[in-house]
Amino acid sequence: MPLSLTDPHWYPIASSDDLPFRHVYQGQLLGRELAVWRADDGNVNVWENRCLHRGVRLSIGINEGQELKCQYHGWRYANRSAGCTYIPAHPADAPARRIENRKYPVREAFGLVWSAANAELPFAPFPGAEAADWIALRPMPVNAAPEDVAAALARLAPDDQPAEMLSELVVRLAPVTWFVQPVDSTRAVIRGLHAGRPEAPLTVLRHYNEMLTRLRDRLERAAARKPQPAPLQPVFEQVSVDLATMPDIAVPRGNTIPVVVKRKWQSADAIMGFELAARDGHLPTFQPGAHIDVHLPNGMTRQYSITNGPGELLSYVIGVKQESTSTGGSQVLVERVREGDVLAISEPRNNFPLRRDATRTVLIAGGIGITPLLSMARFLDKSGLPYELHYFTRLGEQVAFRSELEVLHGRVEFHTGLPREASSARIAEILGEYSFAQHVYVCGPASMLETVRATAAARNWPDEAVHFEYFKNDKIIDNSTAFDVELARSAMTLHVPAGKTILEAMRQAGLSVPSSCEQGACGTCLCGVIEGEVDHQDVYLNESEKRANTAILTCVSRAKGDRLVLDI
Amino acid sequence: MPSSLDPVTRDLWHVIAATDELPVGMVETTLLLDTRLALTRGSDGAPVVWLRSDEEAGDEIDPETILERLPVKTAYGYVWTSLGTPQSELFPIPEFAEPDRVNMSCGSIGIHVSAPRAVENFLDMGHFPYVHTDILGSEPHTEVKEYDVEVSEERDEVLATKCRFMQPRAALSASGSIEVEYVYRVPHPFCSVLYKSCPEDETRRDVIGIFLQPMTEERCRAHLLQSMIDSTNSITELRRFQQTIFGQDKPILENQYPKKLPLDPRAETPIRADKSAIAYRRWLSQKGITYGVIPQAG
Ligand code: FES
Repeated sequence: MPLSLTDPHWYPIASSDDLPFRHVYQGQLLGRELAVWRADDGNVNVWENRCLHRGVRLSIGINEGQELKCQYHGWRYANRSAGCTYIPAHPADAPARRIENRKYPVREAFGLVWSAANAELPFAPFPGAEAADWIALRPMPVNAAPEDVAAALARLAPDDQPAEMLSELVVRLAPVTWFVQPVDSTRAVIRGLHAGRPEAPLTVLRHYNEMLTRLRDRLERAAARKPQPAPLQPVFEQVSVDLATMPDIAVPRGNTIPVVVKRKWQSADAIMGFELAARDGHLPTFQPGAHIDVHLPNGMTRQYSITNGPGELLSYVIGVKQESTSTGGSQVLVERVREGDVLAISEPRNNFPLRRDATRTVLIAGGIGITPLLSMARFLDKSGLPYELHYFTRLGEQVAFRSELEVLHGRVEFHTGLPREASSARIAEILGEYSFAQHVYVCGPASMLETVRATAAARNWPDEAVHFEYFKNDKIIDNSTAFDVELARSAMTLHVPAGKTILEAMRQAGLSVPSSCEQGACGTCLCGVIEGEVDHQDVYLNESEKRANTAILTCVSRAKGDRLVLDI
Repeated sequence: MPSSLDPVTRDLWHVIAATDELPVGMVETTLLLDTRLALTRGSDGAPVVWLRSDEEAGDEIDPETILERLPVKTAYGYVWTSLGTPQSELFPIPEFAEPDRVNMSCGSIGIHVSAPRAVENFLDMGHFPYVHTDILGSEPHTEVKEYDVEVSEERDEVLATKCRFMQPRAALSASGSIEVEYVYRVPHPFCSVLYKSCPEDETRRDVIGIFLQPMTEERCRAHLLQSMIDSTNSITELRRFQQTIFGQDKPILENQYPKKLPLDPRAETPIRADKSAIAYRRWLSQKGITYGVIPQAG
C-alpha cells in the first residue's frame, strides 16, 4: 500500500526523551515536518513546522515554557491552542485576529510520542501494550521505503519463531515491538519498544543498535538499486480570507462558549475566585490583559479579566467582587452560581494589550483590579522579562490571589491601608522619572486610575506609556445628531434621531444585536463600517482603529455625516 | 531548462559575478536559472559569458575563440547576462556615478532559498530586532511604523517610502541609536536597492543594493553593493559589516519553508508591516514571474 498524506493511523514520532523542557524537536511524519515541544505543564504540542507569518521553521524557535517564540519576527504562539499571542511589529494589534498554527493530534505513551496526520481515529495502544513496562530503544533513521523497512524487520525473526505483524508497519519480535515511523515515501525511522527492563541494559541497547545499523546499511544499499517512489508533497493549508486580506482591524464576531464552573472559592474577603473549565479540549487563546463576557443566569452580561498565565487554556480563572450594593451582576455569580453549573462566556477580548519589549514594566493594581495584572505578571514572569507589580489594598481588605502572586519571580509589593495622600506619594515614587520603553499598566478603582494618570503626566510619562483597563466609559456622550444607517446585510435603512443610539434604533426595528456594557467600553456591539464617517465616542477602539473608520460601537458612537453603511 | 522558466525571467539581465573578481583568460563557472554558464574576461577587461559545456573552472582559455556568447553588461561592479533577449538598459542607480562615493561590491553569498524570498527578507524591517539584534534593531524598538508603498507604473518598480526604524548601529559610521529613514526600491524582480539616511551627511543617503542570482528555483547567490558616504572606515570594514548582516539572515532564510515564495496571499499571514512584501508579491504575480515562486492557483 503506498503511503498517503491523509493516513489517519497513529505513529510514534519521537521518544519522550527527545523532548526535554525548553527545547523544540523537529519531527517528521508522512512528508510533513513537525515542531514538537513540551510545555512546562508537561503538555506535548505537535504543530506544523512553519510559522504562519512567513513560513520559518518553528523548530528553530524558542520554547519559553508556555509559549513558543518564532525567531524571525518574534511572534509568540500558545501552548495547546497554537494561537498567536503577540506580534511585536504591532503590539496593539495582536489580539485583533485569530491566528492559529496547524496542530496535529498527540499522545505520549510507553516512552514514545505519537501523532497522526489527522484526528479521524482515536489513539489506541498497540496489541499487548498494557501487558508490560516498555523501554524505548534508540531510534534508527533509514533511507528506504517504510514498507520495505517493516518487511526487513520481520525477516530478522528466526525460522522457528516467526515475527508477528501487528499491523502493516508494526512488527513484534519478542521481546521487542518494532514500529516503523513513515517519514516519507523513501524514508523511515525504526523505533523499538523493549518489554521489561533487561538485566544488563547497556549490553542489550548496544546489541539492538548494532543490529539496526546493519539492517539500515542493507536496506539503504537495496533502496539505491530500486527505482524511488516520488516523495510525498504536503499541502499547506491556506490561511482564512480575513487573515490574508490584512484589514486595519478585524471585527470580532461574538461566539459564545459553554464552560463548567469547576471550582468556586473565597480568594479574599469579598472576592470569589471562579475556575471555568472547557467542556472538552481547551479554551481559545487569550492575551494577557484580556477579558471574557460572562453571560449570567439572569440574562445579564458582565466582563471579567482572565488571570491565567501563558498557555494555560484548560480553564480560565476569574475573580469576582461581592458588592453589597451591586445590583444583579456579580451578585448573581457569587450567590447563585455553583460548582458544576454551566455558563456561557464570550471569546476572550483584549483592550488592555501588554507590550513584551519594554525595558521596565510597572503593574499597579487596586483591589479587584489585580485580575488582569496577575495575568500580565505571569506572562512576563514566564518569559523572564523584568517587571514589578504593586498591589494596593484598603485597610481590612484582603489580598486576592495571594498564593498565585507569591510564586512569581518579579518584584511583587503589597501596599496595605495607605491613606490617600500616602498612596499618591507612593505611586509617584514607583513611577519615577520616565525614560523610553517604560510602560505602566493600571487597573483599579476610578480614583486610583486618576491618580496614576495625573502622577504619570506630571512626571513626563507620555500617554502611550500609560495603559488603563476601561470597564467604564466616563466620557460624556454627545447624542444630539440625527442621521440614517443603512444595514448592508439586512437590507434596511433606519433613521437614528437625536437622543437615540444606533443600537436602540436597530432593536426597535426588530433586529437582535448583542450588547453588554452599552457605554462603549466592552466591544460587544462592535460592527463593521462600509461607508460613511464615524463619530467615535467609545473607549474600546484605540486611536488607530478609530482613524481606520472600519468599525463602530453602535451603543454610543454615531455618524459624522448624514449616512452610515454598516456591515450587519 | 525548468518548465517554470517564464519568458519575463528569461529575458531579464541577471547578475552572475563581481567584475573585479573575474580572472582574465581563465574560466569561471556558475549556474543561472538551472543553466550552467562559463565566463571569463578578455585582455581588454570585457567579460565573456557562454553556455558551459565541458569547461572546468580554472581552465585557461582564449576569449577570442568563444563564438557563441550570451549578452553581457557590466554595471555597479558586477557582470550581468541574460538567457533571452534583454532590454538594452539595466535599472538605473544614479548615485553610483557620484564622484565622492565609495562604491564597493561586498561579496557574494550562496543561500539555499529562492531569490524572491531573499528579496522579501531584504524589504522586511520587522525582523531587525530579532535577527540583527543590536545592529539594525533591538528590543524595545520592535514596532514597525506605518510607511507608504506604491507600485510605480512608469518606472515599473515597487517603491516603499517613509520607512522609519530605530537602529542601535545602522551603519559603521553611526554611534548610538538613531532613527533611520529608509526608501526601498525593487526595480527588478530579483534585485532591490535601499536608501538610508547617512550618518555622516544629513542631506544625502547611503545606498545598498542586493542583486540576487537565481541559480535554481530554490537556491540563489546574493551579490551586495554598497555605495556610501563614509570617509573614516576602510572598505574591508564596510564589507565585513554587510557580510555580518547577511550571515545573520542566511540561517533564517534557509529555514523558510517552502523555499519558493508563495504568491497566493492566502499562503501566509500578512500584517501591516508586510505591506511592501505584499506589493512585491502582487507585482511578481502581475508580471507573470513563475521562477522561484509558487504561482497563485487559477
Ligand atoms: S515568520 Fe515567524 S514571526 Fe515572522
